[in-house]
Amino acid sequence: MKIEDKTIEYVAALAKLELSEEEGLTHERARGDLERILAYIETMNELDTEGIEPMSHVFPLKNVMREDVVREDMIRQTEQMEGRQIRREALLSNAPSQKEGCFVVPKTVE
Amino acid sequence: METMVQREITAWTALELGRRIRAGEVSVTEALKAYLDNIEQTDGSYHAYVSVWREQAFQRAKQVEQELKEGKYADSPLAGVPIAVKDNICTKGEETTCASRILAGFRPPYQAEVVDRLLSAGMVIIGKTNMDEFAMGSTTETSAAGATRNPWDTSRVPGGSSGGSAAAVAAFEAPVALGSDTGGSIRQPSAFCGVAGIKPTYGTVSRYGLIAYASSLDQIGPIARSVEDLAAMLEIISGWDEKDSTSVSSEYKYTYLDVIEAVKQAFKDEKDRKELKDRNQGGDIKNACPPQVLAGLRIGLPKEYFGEGLDREVKKCVLEAAEALKALGARLEEVELPAIKYAIPAYYVLASAEASSNLSRYDGVKYGYRTADYEGLQELYKKTRSEGFGEEVKRRMLIGAFVLSSGYYEAYYNKALKVKAVIKQNFDRAFEQYDLLLSPTAPNVAPRLGESLADPLKMYLGDIYTVAVNLAGLPGISIPVGFAEKDGKRLPVGLQLIGRPFGERELFQAAYAYERWQKASGEVKELFAEKAEGGQRDDRERREADESKSTI
Repeated sequence: MKIEDKTIEYVAALAKLELSEEEGLTHERARGDLERILAYIETMNELDTEGIEPMSHVFPLKNVMREDVVREDMIRQTEQMEGRQIRREALLSNAPSQKEGCFVVPKTVE
Repeated sequence: METMVQREITAWTALELGRRIRAGEVSVTEALKAYLDNIEQTDGSYHAYVSVWREQAFQRAKQVEQELKEGKYADSPLAGVPIAVKDNICTKGEETTCASRILAGFRPPYQAEVVDRLLSAGMVIIGKTNMDEFAMGSTTETSAAGATRNPWDTSRVPGGSSGGSAAAVAAFEAPVALGSDTGGSIRQPSAFCGVAGIKPTYGTVSRYGLIAYASSLDQIGPIARSVEDLAAMLEIISGWDEKDSTSVSSEYKYTYLDVIEAVKQAFKDEKDRKELKDRNQGGDIKNACPPQVLAGLRIGLPKEYFGEGLDREVKKCVLEAAEALKALGARLEEVELPAIKYAIPAYYVLASAEASSNLSRYDGVKYGYRTADYEGLQELYKKTRSEGFGEEVKRRMLIGAFVLSSGYYEAYYNKALKVKAVIKQNFDRAFEQYDLLLSPTAPNVAPRLGESLADPLKMYLGDIYTVAVNLAGLPGISIPVGFAEKDGKRLPVGLQLIGRPFGERELFQAAYAYERWQKASGEVKELFAEKAEGGQRDDRERREADESKSTI
């Protein structure tokens, strides 16, 4: 299928990606790749699926529910630590920017 | 320690190494050192690892040594054995990057369930292995850490996405490794590197702590140099886990080593019988017929898996192996899976859709890479993701966003789910008549570096024999069945066996019987003993050549 420029822009916006104009996966290359890959994907239309139900999971799966409680036995990663404060630190330790126990992001509301 | 002893240590199967460790013949530290030395010597050429845990591993080895003395791990056949872990499996406090720039420096605050199980079994993690970025690729070239090379021919790729794990095992840089398989990522690199790998039935191994690519298809599984080791590894990592809601809580017992023992016993009984006969009648053992350990096993050969696009030599190797299974008592027949040719298109729709959703979490806020300059939240997201992800990952996220977008959802995503249902029906029908299905693992031997990257669609087509297994949630094993000669080099060929849901026992039975018979009959040369000698010699020569260059 023919992919329009605006389609590529729309899809890139959905994926929160900027396509480069010069190098790597450029806008033009992305469009060409997508066209060729989708053309191949469309071969699946040859298969008659009339009356077939879409199948998400091959085995019957049920939603797994549990009480929303802190499970000390499952917080093994912090077994040597005491208290919630330190656990929070452990979870924040990978953040590129953190302050006072929170993730730091640019101002989003004026 | 003398090199000969070290070479011996690394030539043993993981089970043999485990036995000798528990018998006190080799210490855990010695075993670890032997493998670390191999890594030191050869990984500069192969680049199977993204991180090697020298210090932590020695500390851990000492701890396990002590625990063994205290009588721990009595029922654990692989206690003290080193293992390599694919870099998309979370290791608490140790860098886990998915070979992506976007996760550079990420140290998970928690342990993957499989890693917990390895540690409970007394195993020693030796390092993290290279992979295609986020497991998207079939060559281990899309890694942000650079490509891994195939130990059999360093001008070729090891396959992917678990290429680092397969190369590490093939190069004697680890006795066993963990990989993950979404569309063939354990089986295909195992085939290309001449080792064995199994993708278990979906739900057999917990995905807790496996960084998601396509959650409905991803499964963790082991890679090893022998089928026995695969069975031992799968016993360790399989079983229900409450932290993975797709983990199967069946009454099914995840035991596999008893199958191996049964096959072993059958061979032994046969040998005893033959020897007795030989002594009595002066007959020739070599001409003996193999024990009929696979009597009653029905194996289907899908017609579609032996058609156009299959390399002639690969086909020859696979059909010879099929003959060996027949000689062992299995009944082989052709079977049809007419919808199978639509597995790749359906796979790339579903996997890409799930990837685009799963990878939306990389936003430069919670962990990993964040772009240097940005204005506002939207730009932070866009620049972080555009700089942090590689090309193939971006391509799949674009496909995923497209097939899920309104207006296209029905024609692509829903259609793919229907195709998946038909493929599942095809398999169900085949398994009414057959216990196992047999095919090549990949249509060709390992391609040269760079060959696949130029044409993504062509790379996708290489997954033709493996993806349907993931779509249907079935178990699949790849075992080495010989070599195809390309440009004067012998390159490994893999055979795939596909089982019913939770049919791992039948897979192990057939695969181990083949392995055992192959060794016993001497039809195929000792795959690995020869490699152990040849590989290390080549590397020494290369290293010496490099050294002489650098002194000039």
